[in-house]
Amino acid sequence: MTARATLATTRRVLRQLKADHRTVALLLLVPVILMTLLRYVFADAPQTFDRIGGPLLALFPFTTMFLVTSVAMLRERTSGTLERLLSTPMGKGDLLTGYALAFGLVAVAQTSIAAAVALGPLGLQVQGSTGLLVLLAVLDALLGTSLGLLLSAFARTEFQAVQFLPAVVLPQLLLCGLFAPREAMAQPLQWLSDVLPLTYAVQGMQRIAVSPDVTSALLTDLGIVAACVVVFVALGAATLPRRSA
Amino acid sequence: MMTSAVEAVEAVALRVTRGGREVLHGLDFKVHRGAVCGLLGPSGGGKTTLMRAVVGVQAGVHGRVDVLGEPAGSPGLRSRVGYVTQDPAVYGDLSVRHNLAYFADILGTERARVGEVIRDVALTEAVDQRVDTLSGGQRARVSLAAALLSRPELLVLDEPTVGLDPVLRRDLWEMFAALGAAGTTLLVSSHVMDEAARCDRLLLLREGRLVADDTLPDLLERTGTTDVESAFLSLAVVA
Repeated sequence: MTARATLATTRRVLRQLKADHRTVALLLLVPVILMTLLRYVFADAPQTFDRIGGPLLALFPFTTMFLVTSVAMLRERTSGTLERLLSTPMGKGDLLTGYALAFGLVAVAQTSIAAAVALGPLGLQVQGSTGLLVLLAVLDALLGTSLGLLLSAFARTEFQAVQFLPAVVLPQLLLCGLFAPREAMAQPLQWLSDVLPLTYAVQGMQRIAVSPDVTSALLTDLGIVAACVVVFVALGAATLPRRSA
Repeated sequence: MMTSAVEAVEAVALRVTRGGREVLHGLDFKVHRGAVCGLLGPSGGGKTTLMRAVVGVQAGVHGRVDVLGEPAGSPGLRSRVGYVTQDPAVYGDLSVRHNLAYFADILGTERARVGEVIRDVALTEAVDQRVDTLSGGQRARVSLAAALLSRPELLVLDEPTVGLDPVLRRDLWEMFAALGAAGTTLLVSSHVMDEAARCDRLLLLREGRLVADDTLPDLLERTGTTDVESAFLSLAVVA
């Protein structure tokens, strides 16, 4: 791996994104609009807004980066640029790390804006530090990016890639404990919830929302999310064949 | 022509299977260093598969393919072999300059090369244009420029002149000849038979078999014909 190839990839991905003004606007503004909507849906129940608002800040980067990455990676595969990159001395690690860095940076911007609006004008109450909140949001973005990199290998078309969102993200959303407490679920569903990475992302955000302390339980959640990112990137690298039929 | 003990390409009993079907049926050929070697034949005959096997991106390869003295696809060959696919493999949403600057960075080539290759493929006017606003021929030249960046010893070009006007086609073939004279080996595919006159050596490929591996004059003499099209026809009928 070389820093030059990795950073060049990050720069290139960001440059492609910058050329697409509408996508940039959607990435940065949709979370703000949804948070605002949520605030007024629960206008009479601010404690509900506080309970859901924090975890939602974890969901935006995960979901959007998952989608953006799977489509971007699919384009690399179908346009032949991926094959070109893999036939150069550049390592697969340079490519994947370059992507992760680019979308991690976008997540910092996205979460900072959404958190600033939520914590400021919308009055979201979060006990933990804002820095920790942004850190977890970036980890969630990397989780979405790494999962997108991996799953793009199983999509032949952009239609299929987009369909992975309901197939892969919605079940995790239903089981992560945001809609119903995990303890209240039937045992098999709890087991399923235990092995889904989004569970730990949302759980971590819930802990940050209610307590200013950096507990070992919170660190475990962060660690699990980070470990999942590493595993998905490694599996993703395995889906980048240098030879194909 | 530069000579060297090691051939640019040496294939022995090269077979390729794709989806359970054999598409190249045991080819033996050599490409000498510094040669401009034309790979001619109808589309669907296996030209792209052969080139991909030489570059080392084709799966299902049996037999032996050595490139510059190493097995095709070896990591050590990645900066020594340039490959230009038929569909330009470049980023449509970036400018010509940004595409080439990126490829220069991942190849570890100095940035000054970017300006040189843009001049080589005559795209100076379009340097700040987004690639998806260019014509098909211009896009193909961006892809070619990217392959030239690392000054590869072997350039594998899949139909590089499709859709180009005759002036540009002539210019490109003159550039290929100049690269060959400077020691670069070129393997260039084409289905335009009259481009054979530009090549030092010709490989004629039909239905996964080599029907000729010759220089143009020898090929014409052997078949008693006056142009490659007729030579190809006479060989195809015999085969």
